[in-house]
Amino acid sequence: MHMADALLSPAVGGGMWAASAGTIAYCSARVSRDLDDRKVPLMGVLGAFLFAAQMINFSIPATGSSGHLGGGLLLAILLGPCAAFLTIASVLVVQALFFADGGLLALGCNIFNMGFFPAFVVFPLFYKKLIGLDPSRARLTTVTMISALIGLQLGPFAVVLETLASGLSSLPFSTFVLLMQPIHLAIGAVEGVVTVAVVSFVHQARPEILRAAVEAGPVGNYPMRNVALAFLLGAVLTAGVVSGFASKDPDGLEWAIARVTGNRDLKAPQSVLHGALALFQQKTAMLPEYDYRKSTAERATYGPKAVQRKQGEGINPGTSIAGIVGSLLTLLLTFLGGTVLKKRIKAA
Amino acid sequence: MASIDGALLDFMHLDRLAAGDTALHRLDPRAKLLATFVFIVSVVSFGRYELSALVPFFIFPTVLIGAGDLPVRYIAWKIALLCPFALVVGLFNPVFDTTVLVQLGPLGISGGWISCASIVVRAALTVGAAIVLVAVTGFPAICRAMEQLGMPTAFAVQLLFLYRYIFVLTEEGVRASRAREMRSFGQKGYGMSSYGSLLGTLLLRTWMRAERIHMAMLARGSTGAFQTRQEFRFGAPELLFLIGWCALFATLRSHNAAQQLGALVTGWFQ
Repeated sequence: MHMADALLSPAVGGGMWAASAGTIAYCSARVSRDLDDRKVPLMGVLGAFLFAAQMINFSIPATGSSGHLGGGLLLAILLGPCAAFLTIASVLVVQALFFADGGLLALGCNIFNMGFFPAFVVFPLFYKKLIGLDPSRARLTTVTMISALIGLQLGPFAVVLETLASGLSSLPFSTFVLLMQPIHLAIGAVEGVVTVAVVSFVHQARPEILRAAVEAGPVGNYPMRNVALAFLLGAVLTAGVVSGFASKDPDGLEWAIARVTGNRDLKAPQSVLHGALALFQQKTAMLPEYDYRKSTAERATYGPKAVQRKQGEGINPGTSIAGIVGSLLTLLLTFLGGTVLKKRIKAA
Repeated sequence: MASIDGALLDFMHLDRLAAGDTALHRLDPRAKLLATFVFIVSVVSFGRYELSALVPFFIFPTVLIGAGDLPVRYIAWKIALLCPFALVVGLFNPVFDTTVLVQLGPLGISGGWISCASIVVRAALTVGAAIVLVAVTGFPAICRAMEQLGMPTAFAVQLLFLYRYIFVLTEEGVRASRAREMRSFGQKGYGMSSYGSLLGTLLLRTWMRAERIHMAMLARGSTGAFQTRQEFRFGAPELLFLIGWCALFATLRSHNAAQQLGALVTGWFQ
């Protein structure tokens, strides 16, 4: 499933763009350094193949519907992780621009969900380890099916997390997961079957293609220090910048508690030990409620209850009618303006 | 994608629109790319219950369609085929969010419906912006612009290769698909075995094509470096374009123009 701009907030979109851009930069550097420059036209052409293959359907028996190849795992098997990631990213860029599949801001999310997981998680950690150098038909089938199923669970789960983090959808986590994951279990099974079909065809015709990718050097050779620094930078950015956009709405647990008890927080049991520990925590907490310590007076004006009071004021019906009238008028004016402009360009 | 021929024709149509010759088409692609990004971020930064504030943003795709002399019905149809995922998720909002936010006389509109409508408007705006960007800029120009803005060369090369060979490979795919269609009867012949060998053959032909391309590159003296022709300059018109639109987006983001217009108009009648 492609993530869409309409469900994204700038913080989540920007963060995922940064992650995807960083991975693209890393993969580009790796691919440029690669001695085998036969890979360059191969990546381009295989990307085009994937594009064409996604337009060809096959019928799924007993359901009357049709399916098509996703291709992330297939590319990883044929090209290896870095080249496959770049190829998948390029196909997604073209899809986003020409078919508006998702959107330009969601491109970061989509590249990460559909590129990173097959290329850097499923292929090196599952497929490569289990497949061996000259697999039998049964082994090929099993390992590919498992890899496809895992890959198509991770991607949609990331979509769920990104949608929830953006806060535009009212779907609760549990319902969303219960909707997405089983559907993608079926989609993953289909993807696995298709990938098995294509891979076994290639294995029979030109087995050296498959052997080349599996024999390529181990992927996990990133110096640990760089990885740690990257994570630290990411954490600092998230805490300093992204947290400014943090939602004041209750998180999943608070929401569930509120539904059950009517209160955001649970009341602690009234025992001596609890009381003492609570007092200790209060006295020593440097950043209570993830915010600077405030005096009681400040808390009255700026604290969370004050914010809730402002939010709870609701929307004035007078403003909403004005809003509706204004929107309709604006739309009318905009389209009139566009038509006039077009006529002037045509006449010029 | 319903049929491969249809998808290919659609792809080629949008691509051909980029060859137009208006002042907008002649602008440096970096200006158009950056303006589109600022637009999308502005639209996406609104809160979930904002609806009227989003409407004035339609001015950007509309003006670009007008100035670029683009076919309105084609673009509107493409926008109408929106990414269904956003709509499906958005349609759950009225189910889970039932607190009434707006009272229009006897009719109470819940927050769920407002946020659902907001998602639809957002989708139309962002999708419209992306399509219009490609229609007035063209894919190779966008790749060049991204490269100038910092994208790694290896990825730019990959994108250009992909774009070049999409036309070649989709036509091969069309031929293979049509051949399968002519050898099938009803649902027979569309199963996994024929699909597997169809894709497998296409893949092997693709692989051998790649080897021929590589040999052709070597025969023409390729050293691995890629030169792209610089056709555009970022000058005063581009700066004006970019700053003008960004200023407009900033104003529309901070002031609800539709609301104010509506208040003005309803004020006259009171």
